Amino acid sequence: MNERGNSTGGDRPEPRADVTIVDAGIGNIRSVQRMFEAVEGRAEIATDPAALAGCRRLVLPGVGAFDAGMTALKGGGWIDALNAVALEERRPVLGICLGMQLLCRRSEEGGMPGLGWIEADVVKLDLGDKAGLKIPHMGWTVTTAAKANPLIPSDEGEQRFYYVHKYRAVCDRPEDVLCVAEYGTTFTSGVHRDNIRGLQFHPEKSHRFGMAVFRRFLAL
Amino acid sequence: MLSHRVIPCLLLGEGGLVKTLKFAKPKYVGDPINAVKIFNDKEVDELMVLDILATRQGRAPDFALIEQLAGECFMPLCYGGGIRTFEDALTLFKLGVEKVCLQSAVLRSPDIIRRIADHAGEQAVMVSIDVKRNWLGKPVLHSAAGLAGGTGSWRDAIRQAIAHGAGEILLNAVDRDGTLNGVDTALIREASALADIPLVAVGGVGSLADIKAATDAGASAVAAGAFFVFQGPHRAVLITYPRPEELRRLWSD
Repeated sequence: MNERGNSTGGDRPEPRADVTIVDAGIGNIRSVQRMFEAVEGRAEIATDPAALAGCRRLVLPGVGAFDAGMTALKGGGWIDALNAVALEERRPVLGICLGMQLLCRRSEEGGMPGLGWIEADVVKLDLGDKAGLKIPHMGWTVTTAAKANPLIPSDEGEQRFYYVHKYRAVCDRPEDVLCVAEYGTTFTSGVHRDNIRGLQFHPEKSHRFGMAVFRRFLAL
Repeated sequence: MLSHRVIPCLLLGEGGLVKTLKFAKPKYVGDPINAVKIFNDKEVDELMVLDILATRQGRAPDFALIEQLAGECFMPLCYGGGIRTFEDALTLFKLGVEKVCLQSAVLRSPDIIRRIADHAGEQAVMVSIDVKRNWLGKPVLHSAAGLAGGTGSWRDAIRQAIAHGAGEILLNAVDRDGTLNGVDTALIREASALADIPLVAVGGVGSLADIKAATDAGASAVAAGAFFVFQGPHRAVLITYPRPEELRRLWSD
């Protein structure tokens, strides 16, 4: 492992990092790593799918368009390795922003199928009848847990996070909804099934609120 | 409920952080890394850092400094100043910068907007449009780096930026800059009507009421420099930021 915590697979003499962050060229990796370090987690960056083998927890950040994200994952040979970690080894997985959307079956934004780990589709934000709301939804928004969950508390005061997105996930089953927020209308801002979770907002840009989420993810 | 973003805007100039008056007379404010640390501790919504000398001096962004600044920010950081190429933007994203702010590069070649937006998403590209009122009081496009590219109107500049895929517009009222005298609501209103993407208004904020006036006029977010770094009639340097309750009260009915 080099000084940045980058891993390219192979033998490692020391214990595995707490979190492995997928770098498929589609996300702001450094900020995610920095926040995990700030909450005393060791976060390694994986630039090669082989590096995912044996990881303890996986984070999939993502920014940009759905098809661009899936193209990067497919083109980089990530799909099999990701499926192994999420569906076979069942390690804790966290998708962030586009990373959350990629966990779903498909998106209105693109034509390619997603990873399909969550029974949900991604559709445009519904601004309702609110005049003057601009796209994308960009800014700090109060977020509420939809069910008891280890990442977002219901009893620690208002939770606010930074959002930047034009699309949202819609789950087949209400029990897969982790949290919700409002922009025009109320929308699903977090998804969850078994060991797999996704958050529409950016914890790594949400200072102490995001740090708390990352700290709790490290405890999974 | 979406809170409108309130964004400290820090200017990098000779020797460190500076604050200008109507885009002139830069006054030294302090060390940029220290200031960013303080704003991070105050949990500001977002931070904007603009290098006001880079383009004029024909140099690239100070990547080493920017990396240090990004390292202190656990909220979105927007950087502008001296970004010439797509590669410059990529370097900035890798350093942890959330958004790049472009002005001169767009005047030279607006295609750079689409190139960056296609790679990093439109929300990562902010186009900065400076508007000055001429002697008739008519708003006119201004180039902070003195480039002769502003042949179109400021309205065209906004339309063009949007057409090329910008995610946000930074609308700077040059005459109000540093004055703490209030925002140019007429300008903001007109610009907001032209833009279906978020508009960040900057220039002239001197009070919380000014922030509200800007958002009432249609700004999605408001940036300010002097309001957050100066205190009192003698403009002593003191870094401040409103408490979350104070901001929330502005927009609750």
